[in-house]
Amino acid sequence: MGSIVVSGLGKAYKQYANRWSRLAEWLIPGSGIRHTLKWVLQDISFEVRPGEAVGIVGINGAGKSTLLKMITGTTQPTSGSVNITGRVAALLELGMGFHPDFTGRQNAIMAGQLLGLSAAEIEQLMPEIEAFAEIGEYIDQPVRVYSSGMQMRLAFSVATAKRPDILIVDEALSVGDAYFQHKSFDRIREFGRQGTTLLIVSHDKGSIQGICDRAILLDAGRLSMEGEPEAVMNYYNALLAERENQTVNQYLTDAGKVQTVSGSGEASFSDIAILNDQGERVEAISVGQPVTLYVEAEVKQALSELVLGYVIKDRLGQPIYGTNTHHLGNKLIQLKAGAQIKYRFSFPANLGVGSYSVSVALHTADTHIAKNFEWRDLAVVFNMVNVDKGNFVGVAWLPPVMECSLLEASQAKNDRAEFVK
Amino acid sequence: MRMFLALWAYRGFIFESVKREFQSQYTNALLGAVWTIIRPLSMIVVYTVIFSQIMQAKLPGIDSKFAYSIYLCAGVLTWGLFTETLSRLQNIFLEQANVLKKISFPRFSLPVIVVANALVNFLIIFSLFTIFLIFSGSFPGMVYFALIPILFIQTLFTVGLGVTLGVLNVFFRDVGQFFTVVLQFWFWLTPVVYPITILPQSMQTAVHYNPMTALITAYQQILVTGQWPNWSSLWPVSAIAVLFCLIGLRLFRQHAGEMVDEL
Repeated sequence: MGSIVVSGLGKAYKQYANRWSRLAEWLIPGSGIRHTLKWVLQDISFEVRPGEAVGIVGINGAGKSTLLKMITGTTQPTSGSVNITGRVAALLELGMGFHPDFTGRQNAIMAGQLLGLSAAEIEQLMPEIEAFAEIGEYIDQPVRVYSSGMQMRLAFSVATAKRPDILIVDEALSVGDAYFQHKSFDRIREFGRQGTTLLIVSHDKGSIQGICDRAILLDAGRLSMEGEPEAVMNYYNALLAERENQTVNQYLTDAGKVQTVSGSGEASFSDIAILNDQGERVEAISVGQPVTLYVEAEVKQALSELVLGYVIKDRLGQPIYGTNTHHLGNKLIQLKAGAQIKYRFSFPANLGVGSYSVSVALHTADTHIAKNFEWRDLAVVFNMVNVDKGNFVGVAWLPPVMECSLLEASQAKNDRAEFVK
Repeated sequence: MRMFLALWAYRGFIFESVKREFQSQYTNALLGAVWTIIRPLSMIVVYTVIFSQIMQAKLPGIDSKFAYSIYLCAGVLTWGLFTETLSRLQNIFLEQANVLKKISFPRFSLPVIVVANALVNFLIIFSLFTIFLIFSGSFPGMVYFALIPILFIQTLFTVGLGVTLGVLNVFFRDVGQFFTVVLQFWFWLTPVVYPITILPQSMQTAVHYNPMTALITAYQQILVTGQWPNWSSLWPVSAIAVLFCLIGLRLFRQHAGEMVDEL
C-alpha cells in the first residue's frame, strides 16, 4: 500500500489565438484544432515505493505544484498517467473551505468529510484533533476569531488526524509558530516511520536531507535529476547560482558520492586540504585537535571583489558550521588576473565521531547566489575519531565543566526550611 | 456510474454542506432560523392581502376571494425555485474555483449541494403556503400529491440546463451574463403572473412552446382549480429535461478536467 507510479506525465495548457477561436473549435465540426499547447511539465516518470520518502525540489515555476496537483488528482494530466495505491492526504492548502461563521469543531467535521472521512470517524478522532491543535476552548468559537496560526493548527490536525498511506506535503506552507512547526514535522516523520509514503516539496535543504531517502529535481518542467538527496540538493544549489557561461559538472568520488563543481570560472581552486598543527595533510582527526583548513585559489580574470566561503557538513550533508571571508571581515578587492591567494582557517576540531566533508565556494558578496566563480562540494573529506575524550554522542564536542552536589534527604529538608526563613 | 458511486461515498459531506449552507444564512442573526419562516411568510401575506383584499383581483372564471393570490403563489414560488437553482448552478464552478483547483473530491457534488439547498428552501416556503391553503379552505385534496412528479420533472430540467450552462460559463463567461437577460424575458413569456388566456391566440401558441409553461400551468391547475394536470402536456418538457441532463452530463465529463485549468 502507498505507492505512486508516475509515467510519462505531462501537462499542457491550451492557448487560443483569441477569444473566438475556442468557440469556433467547439461549435464548428471538423474545423480542426485552433489552439496551441503550452507545456509546463513534460515527460516526468518516477516511482515512489511504499514507505519511501521522496523530496521534490526546483525553482519557482519549475512545475512542482502542477506535478503535485496531478498526483493528488485536482488537475488532469495532458499526457501520461499517475497510478496511486492507498489513501492519500495532501497538506497543500490547509484551511481550504473553512467557513468563518462556524465553530472550529463544525469546520473540523466539514474539512474531514471533504478529505473523505466519515462523520463517525471524525467524531472518534475529535479528541485527538483537539489535543494536537492545542487551541483550547477556541475549538467551540467561530473560526473568524481565530488567528491565522490557530486556523493552520486546526487544519493541520484535521488533515493528519488519520495516518494516510501517502502523505503529500508542500513545505512552503509553514504551520504556525516555531513550536508547532517542530510538532507538525515530528508528526510527519512519525508517519514516515510507521510506513506512510512521503512526498515532500521543499526549499529547505535540511528537511529534504533529514527526511527523504531520495530527491527529484525539476527544472523548466522536466525531471532534471533524481538520486540521493545530498547530491540533488548540491546540484540544485549550483543551479540556483547558474548564470550564463557557467558550467555545472558532477563527478563520482572514490567514496561513491556525487561531487558537484560549478561556477563561471573567473577564479578557481587549485588546492584544498585539512592540515594538523604540524602542517601535515590529514584525513583522520581526533576530537578536539587543532586543525587548519588550507585553501589555495587562483584568479583567472581581473575581479573587483572575491569572497571565499566554506561549510563543514556531516555525513548526511547537514551543515555543521559555515562562514565566509565576507562575514569574517576580510574580503579581497581589485584583484588582477593571475593572482594567487592562500587562505588558512584554523580552529579546534570540536566535532563528534563520524565522517565530514567541506564544501568551498568562491563568489562575491555574502552568498554564492549573485555570482559564483567556483563551487566545489566534497572538496575535502575527513573522519573524526575519538582517541581520548571519553564517550559522547552527537556531531559537536561541547565539553562541559561539571559540578554536582549531593545532599542527603534530611539535610535537603533542613536546607529548604532554612531557605524559607 | 463511477461518478455516482463517488457521490454516494461523499454523501456525508453533501448532507453536511447543505446543512451548513442553510445555517450560514442565519448563524449571526439573533432570531436565527425564524427568518427562514418570516421571509416567505411576508411574501405570501403581500400576495394575498394586496391582491385579494386591496386590489380585489379576480381570476376570470373563478369566483373565489383567494383564487388570484393562490394562482400567483403557485407560479411565483415554483418559478423562484427554478431561477434560484439555475442562477446558482450556472455560477457554481466559478464560485468554487478555489476549492476545485486545490482539493480533490467528486466535483459533481457541487451541483448536487446547490439543488438540495434550493429544494430545502423551497420546501419551507411551500409548507407555509400549504398551511395557508388549509386554513383558507383552499386545499385541493388528493390532487395536491400530483405536485411531486411535476416538481421532479422541473428539477430534472433545471439540473440539466443548469449544469450545461455552468460548464459553458467556465469557458465562455458571456453565458452567465446572457442568461441573466434571458431569464427576464423568460419570466414574462411564461404565464406566472397572468393567465395564458389573456394573451392573443397567436401569442398563446408561441408561449406553449416554452417548456416552463407546461410546468407552471400544471402547478396552477392543481392548486387553483384542484384539477389533475394534463399529463400529456408534460411529455415535451420531460423529454427536453432528459435531453439537457444528457448534454450536461456529457459536457461535464468531457470538460471537467479542462475546467480546472480555466478557473
